[in-house]
Amino acid sequence: MIEAQLPALQVIIPLFGAVLTALVRHDKASWGIALIVSLMMPVISFALLQQVLATETGIISYALGGWAPPLGIEYRIDLANAFILLLVSVMGALVMAYAPRSVTAEIGRDRASWFYTMYLLCLTGLLGIAITGDAFNIFVFLEVSSLATYVLIALGKDKRAVLSAYQYLIIGTIGATFYVIGIGLLYVMTGTLNLADIANRIGNIEQTRTVLAALAFLTVGISLKLALFPLHVWLPNAYAYAPSVATAFLASTATKVAVYLLLRIFFSVFGVALVFNTLPVSEILLTLSVAAMFGASIVAVFQSNVKRMLAYSSVAQIGYITLGIALANQTGLTGGIVHLFNHALIKGALFLSLGCLVYRMGIVKIEDMSGIGRRMPYTMAAFTVAGLSLIGVPGTVGFVSKWYLAQGAFENGLWWLVAAIMLSSLIAVVYIGRVIEVAYFRDVTAKPITPNRVPLEMLGVTWLLAAATIYFGIDTELTAGMASKAAEILLAGPK
Amino acid sequence: MNFLFDAFAHFNYFITIFLMVSGLYIVVARGNMVKKLVGLSLFQTSVYLLYISPGKILGGTPPIIAEGFKTYANPLPHVLILTAIVVGVATLALGLALVVRINEAFGTIEEDELFAGDLDE
Repeated sequence: MIEAQLPALQVIIPLFGAVLTALVRHDKASWGIALIVSLMMPVISFALLQQVLATETGIISYALGGWAPPLGIEYRIDLANAFILLLVSVMGALVMAYAPRSVTAEIGRDRASWFYTMYLLCLTGLLGIAITGDAFNIFVFLEVSSLATYVLIALGKDKRAVLSAYQYLIIGTIGATFYVIGIGLLYVMTGTLNLADIANRIGNIEQTRTVLAALAFLTVGISLKLALFPLHVWLPNAYAYAPSVATAFLASTATKVAVYLLLRIFFSVFGVALVFNTLPVSEILLTLSVAAMFGASIVAVFQSNVKRMLAYSSVAQIGYITLGIALANQTGLTGGIVHLFNHALIKGALFLSLGCLVYRMGIVKIEDMSGIGRRMPYTMAAFTVAGLSLIGVPGTVGFVSKWYLAQGAFENGLWWLVAAIMLSSLIAVVYIGRVIEVAYFRDVTAKPITPNRVPLEMLGVTWLLAAATIYFGIDTELTAGMASKAAEILLAGPK
Repeated sequence: MNFLFDAFAHFNYFITIFLMVSGLYIVVARGNMVKKLVGLSLFQTSVYLLYISPGKILGGTPPIIAEGFKTYANPLPHVLILTAIVVGVATLALGLALVVRINEAFGTIEEDELFAGDLDE
């Protein structure tokens, strides 16, 4: 009985959790609620994944409120979004287990409860975007998660946090409005908002100017959200000044869900034939991805704030993911999707280890980090492991994704691209290497701001993620296997 | 002549696009943070028009199921835009709240003054 209602529960539970935390307004109680909710999410998304695997068609369709699709809102889950749901909910659960002391230290006890409210709303929005099959419903969830994100960023301790939140609000709203314009144009042409239904009806009219304009608006709108290279300007400041916990959560989930949305629009609504064969989307996306891989990585080298450096590195890593989309072949797309997962693990581990540094030492600048590797050996060891994964050393997750991407590039006969992937990884060696050099080979100067050691739960979660970047680098069956099946479904196009 | 006729037949779209572009222009061109939000609202409002105007049918009635109501306007866009208006209001409110905080923290809401000092480091 309850199994049939899981798709609704996936979104409803965090939404009610958010209301509850807002009513409770007590930091510890709110954290308790947020933790319980966050721990329930992976259970539900794992059960959903099992259900998807058990069905013959590979699709679960859930009519929200009993109103049959296409008129009612449909929650439609296949392997691709089951994978994203699992990723978001697992990262949410890990981050919440890590959160309480870091949040209290960085935000203060009086405002901590609001942090959990906003976190749960953000989680609701992200899970909602991933689960729903209704175009306008996606917009609503997009705005739920975005508005919560602006507040999460503004809660940062630095006074520049509000400024970055404002800048993100302007750009994010433009992005979401572009998305709505695109959906509006599609609605005018097809008369439906159900994504699968739009895909069915678009066949005869896909060459009309209105539909092409819709595709353009959707692409630009979503690219703003996922921080595709020239549209990434909101991201570095937002990540640099948000509270550590929020940065870790957003870096490993928010942009990933936007990438998923782009995949959905490209492959399941418009279809490979129109987007990649008729229109030059592949060429444009390829150019921008390569520009991101080099441009953002080079900028990262010159940052002195390590959080900002990692934020620029995120822009570069999103370049690898969109590169996989641009290749649009089985192997390349598998690489893109698996990097979505791998990058979430890597950046989660890196930002959480920085959170430990902020908690104990109150530092994020590279020049303050000299000798920190000897003072905080466990934290910095986790940072190093995750950093090696970011570079793509064999035996880590970063290597797996780059291997698939390089193979995908071979298949399309793009030899220079293989060289570009390797060269851009070398830039990652430089910026991660800078931190490691300062942390291990300089004299200890930093003084702790708190007598407390880094709490076990913070260190434990950081290490869990760092270890996962090794584990999934060796055992690729689960991640790459699932990504490859998801790529197959996406490439097969709308059903 | 043909163009004029076209323009008149689609005047709702011309207004939509005028509002859209002027809103976006204000966001980009103005340095005052409140004015930027005004532009953003204008930009969002243009989308309301984009959705609602195709829902109207010439000679159509309100959508009521009863005797004598045969051709009626599409009610769905109105419902959608009601949601979009709520989202727009929430965004504007949050944006203005952030501007108040920025004014408290920096003493100005003009972008050129804010970025005159080296904020990055």
